[in-house]
Amino acid sequence: MVENRPWLTALSHAVLILGVLAVAFPLYVTFVASTLSLKEIMQVPMPLLPGSHLIENFTQVLTGGTTTGSKAAVSHMLVNSTVMALAIPLGKIAISIIASFAIVYFRFRFRMFFFWMIFVTLMLPVEVRIIPTLQVITDLKMNNTYAGLTIPLIASATATFLFRQFFMTVPDELAEAARVDGASPMRFFWDVLMPLSKTTMAALFVIQFIYGWNQYLWPLLVATDESMYTTVIGIKRMIVGSDAANEWNLIMATAILAMLPPALVVVLMQKWFVKGLVETEK
Amino acid sequence: MAAVSLRDVRKSYTAELQVIHGVSMEIKDGEFIVILGPSGCGKSTLLRMVAGLETITAGEIAIGDRVVNNLEPKDRDIAMVFQNYALYPHMSVYDNMAYGLRIRGLAKEDISVRVKKAADILELGKYLERRPRELSGGQRQRVAMGRAIVREPQVFLFDEPLSNLDAKLRVQMRAELQALHRRLGTTSLFVTHDQVEAMTLAQRMIVMNAGRAEQIGAPLEVYAKPATTFVASFIGSPPMNLIPRDGKLLGIRPEHLEPCAESAAMLTVDVDLIEPLGADILVYGHEGKPGGDASSARVAARLPADAHAQAGRLALRYERSHEHWYDPQSGKRIEP
Repeated sequence: MVENRPWLTALSHAVLILGVLAVAFPLYVTFVASTLSLKEIMQVPMPLLPGSHLIENFTQVLTGGTTTGSKAAVSHMLVNSTVMALAIPLGKIAISIIASFAIVYFRFRFRMFFFWMIFVTLMLPVEVRIIPTLQVITDLKMNNTYAGLTIPLIASATATFLFRQFFMTVPDELAEAARVDGASPMRFFWDVLMPLSKTTMAALFVIQFIYGWNQYLWPLLVATDESMYTTVIGIKRMIVGSDAANEWNLIMATAILAMLPPALVVVLMQKWFVKGLVETEK
Repeated sequence: MAAVSLRDVRKSYTAELQVIHGVSMEIKDGEFIVILGPSGCGKSTLLRMVAGLETITAGEIAIGDRVVNNLEPKDRDIAMVFQNYALYPHMSVYDNMAYGLRIRGLAKEDISVRVKKAADILELGKYLERRPRELSGGQRQRVAMGRAIVREPQVFLFDEPLSNLDAKLRVQMRAELQALHRRLGTTSLFVTHDQVEAMTLAQRMIVMNAGRAEQIGAPLEVYAKPATTFVASFIGSPPMNLIPRDGKLLGIRPEHLEPCAESAAMLTVDVDLIEPLGADILVYGHEGKPGGDASSARVAARLPADAHAQAGRLALRYERSHEHWYDPQSGKRIEP
């Protein structure tokens, strides 16, 4: 619908600008806070123009954390977060694409039963099953390991479901043509299905990278050792005691560091991400 | 190249649901066979059984002198062209054609020679680097054929390959298919529901209905002597008129009826629909015996363009030699 009413345009712009401000202002404050010294930040009101301590603050958190709270270096936390945020999507994609391939292309006993079993777990997010899962991980002595951090989050019905739906839209004739061409099932999987799923994989990767990076509750329970902190947990550990006792400038610098990678992934993979959600190459 | 034999081939999905009720046929080496029938008659299933994409419940299929019942499609030395082409969307035209050869482990140079040759035959040379989605329907169809040609198989299987093309292109591809078969001389099985395709392409055809082969024969023979009322009413446009006469069915083709004087009438029709086609005129109506009513047989006649067609009574005659007789119960042809 195309309408030409100036006041309506003005109004919608005003609403949008307000929305942008509401979202952007806290981010701006975070950034400003990360460039101030502790003394400046404690002033009331806090200055709203960037200060001169940007490099100092970031160097401090990257190498030595805070002085009052956790003293673990954020650089190491970033490594931990990256490992977690990469292992989860990659593991999920690898497992669920194979599972969906089996469910869609092979007739085996209890096929639908398995599919529904996987599907039902959609209703059980990590938070619901967190206590038994933690028990299992503890019994297996996987606390404070990358395996313990990532494996329980890899099992995923969402991705299996997504790939299943995608595979079902691939025409049967394609599989038959490959069969006549002499391709074995795995060869068909590698040569035809995998390339066709590229965009779906990219979309899943972006979503799951952010999901993995932002994990809070699970690492809080499993990563109790300083060397295994993820960035998000690092922020939590830097906050100790009363408001005034915290070095907010350093915490905000860490927050900026925690926000950057997901933003980067989204920006860099945006084209693929959108493709994966809206179009299929068939 | 090889002969193909079907020996009492049957297919059932469950004990009750049988879709192919025993089809037997000997296909000679290099023959072009069309399997014709309405949708759901089992013609595609039969083809897919030859391809190895469907299992054979009973009977035997042999390609050359090998019984292939339990062989995988890739071991049957066949190539198939699908209705929706089934091209690999992410591969170039070249790769689409080369894929099967690569899997068979042919040398790169051999593959290149074969693909180039097929591309020449099909005039695809300019498009080898393109993706299927950048091609028109007719070009995609050619790529699908190219993929079959490069394999140099014993048998080509076509599953309604022309039905996704527009009318003009279909006529053109039909001619190209004919030329291709003349050139390669490979045994071919071609499934279609289009009688014009069947009549023009086939050396022999199988007319199928509800999982049975109603008639097997050369196209003109099938047209001239339909073996059953089904074949009679499936081949020809409009279909053969079937008129009850003395406890039997009289079959007479619309093109064999001609207008005549009342006194010479062998058939009178109460015309209620006239379709002028330019070259000729189709008239339809109920057979109008004196005192006849709407429940009497429907008759169509193809009249010359200069005939004076109008609604109402029309007297028609035909040559006795054009009569066909059928048994109304079994539907079988009765030879006079």
